[in-house]
Amino acid sequence: MSGDLRELYQEVILDHSKRPRNFGALPQSNRRAEGYNPLCGDRITVYMLVEDGVVAAVAFEGAGCAICTASASMMTQALVGKTEAEVEGLFRGFHALVTEETALNADTSKLGKLSVFAGVREFPIRVKCATLPWHTMRAALENQAAPVTTE
Amino acid sequence: MSPLAVVEKDRRGPSAYDVEAVRRDFPILSRMVHGKPLVYLDNAATTQKPQCVIDAVSRYYREENSNIHRGVHYLSEVATEAYEAARIKVQRFLNAPLFCEIIYVRGATEAINLVVSSYGRTHVGAGDEVIISAIEHHSNIVPWQMLCEEKGARLRVIPVNDRGELMLEEYEKLFNPRTKFVSLVHVSNALGTVNPVKEMIDTAHRHGAPVLVDGAQAAPHLPVDVQELDCDFYVFSGHKVYGPTGVGALYGKASLLKDMPPYMGGGDMIRSVSFEKTTYNDLPHRFEAGTPNIAGGIGLGAAIDYVTALGPERIAAHEHDLLVYGTERLSEIPGLRLIGTAREKAGVLSFTLEGIHPHDIGTILDREGIAVRTGHHCAMPVMERFGVPATARASLGLYNTRQEIDALVAGLHRVIRVFS
Ligand SMILES: Cc1ncc(COP(=O)(O)O)c(C=O)c1O
Repeated sequence: MSGDLRELYQEVILDHSKRPRNFGALPQSNRRAEGYNPLCGDRITVYMLVEDGVVAAVAFEGAGCAICTASASMMTQALVGKTEAEVEGLFRGFHALVTEETALNADTSKLGKLSVFAGVREFPIRVKCATLPWHTMRAALENQAAPVTTE
Repeated sequence: MSPLAVVEKDRRGPSAYDVEAVRRDFPILSRMVHGKPLVYLDNAATTQKPQCVIDAVSRYYREENSNIHRGVHYLSEVATEAYEAARIKVQRFLNAPLFCEIIYVRGATEAINLVVSSYGRTHVGAGDEVIISAIEHHSNIVPWQMLCEEKGARLRVIPVNDRGELMLEEYEKLFNPRTKFVSLVHVSNALGTVNPVKEMIDTAHRHGAPVLVDGAQAAPHLPVDVQELDCDFYVFSGHKVYGPTGVGALYGKASLLKDMPPYMGGGDMIRSVSFEKTTYNDLPHRFEAGTPNIAGGIGLGAAIDYVTALGPERIAAHEHDLLVYGTERLSEIPGLRLIGTAREKAGVLSFTLEGIHPHDIGTILDREGIAVRTGHHCAMPVMERFGVPATARASLGLYNTRQEIDALVAGLHRVIRVFS
């Protein structure tokens, strides 16, 4: 495999895509949104339980490519216990990580394991796959009714 | 100027299809992508252009550029002649009886919209019905949907079986006295199915309904004869028959076109204009408002010359051989499911790999220099029918080779290794 492919499909990403964590509906959720990427057919639903401004639980379901599924899976792990403000910070950091060479006005230092997605930058067409779960999650937080699309 | 492949064909006798010589006519095929030789298998999206097309377009801009039908000066005359000569090439390519039955458009999409707006709006009313099929490209669904919405008409859909073939017995049952139009794809871009359009047109005519055939994927792969089909309209895009983007053609029977209202107003489509009354121009110009894609039309003419010299029958035979070979090779891959296994098929290999999303297949193949399309192929109802969100699709052209199929197969094994 060429170097940038290896960067994209890192072990951690492949692992999460094959065995997504927090996969399935979350019956006790009080926030929920759907996301859709018409270009590749990725379609996911993000469920959240937010209590006193803190994310108590997150789950997702849907069908997506490896990048989308792994991104959703790792996102669900990263968000638990975070305040809404911290979630917003992570959202910006993640977005900067996958889109910009040097993150402007965004803190990528707190991304931790999520940094494995830096390889997506070399594949501009796949950026939407990585960010779809995050956009959907943000819509869920705002309890947006209309499905999110990446178009 | 003459295509290399054709020259070599003549030397070797008419039956030899020398794909290596054909490939030398297409400069882009010798380029590298991600450090690997390009393997271009996205011909259903658009085809590459032979040198003769590139030359025709660039010669037009270098030596002939001017507006057509408007100037008394030399260049305008030359450009008009070249543009109209290309129309006659399109006429012969489709075997249309009259040159005035060929209307230049931007492509298949615009041609369908023209027919919907002009013929559809004057002939389809509240409670009427239009028949399309379950395997149409969005461009042969959405314009009809818009019309039905506007008029309070109903869209009826011919169902498709598990192989991707239209169910003809169901088709026949859809007709009733309210059926006003049938619009059908000739070759499906998502599945490769070749529909029995001649038989289907006969059925529609028995019920008094005219038929539009969407030939976007047929014109590049099969010989097309609109008189034999007896279709009322036929549409295709230049960029899928090795010509430039932004140009295509609508064939319509003169008997229908002559009574259809103009689609757009503007220059060239009129005979005289005053603020009291405008008299429309004759066919085909009545449907060609504004300065057209002159270079595109000339380039399309060159593409048709190229395809005609190679021979549509020989192209079809070459691609069929590749399709059979590709079907065999892909079927050996564990977990691969071919979507679209019609008995009559043109060069499309649409597939999924178990547990691997088509998008990931596309990215990994791309790094091997292999261009395929992944997604819903502008045929979301087809994806839904086969229960997949998307497929990967290798679509063949006249320059593809067995070695390229082998490269695809090797690439797919690599994809499987990444995800194993
Ligand atoms: C079957 C079919 N019809 C119509 C179209 C639309 O063609 P264009 O985008 O060139 O107008 C396509 C293009 O993909 C097609 O495959």
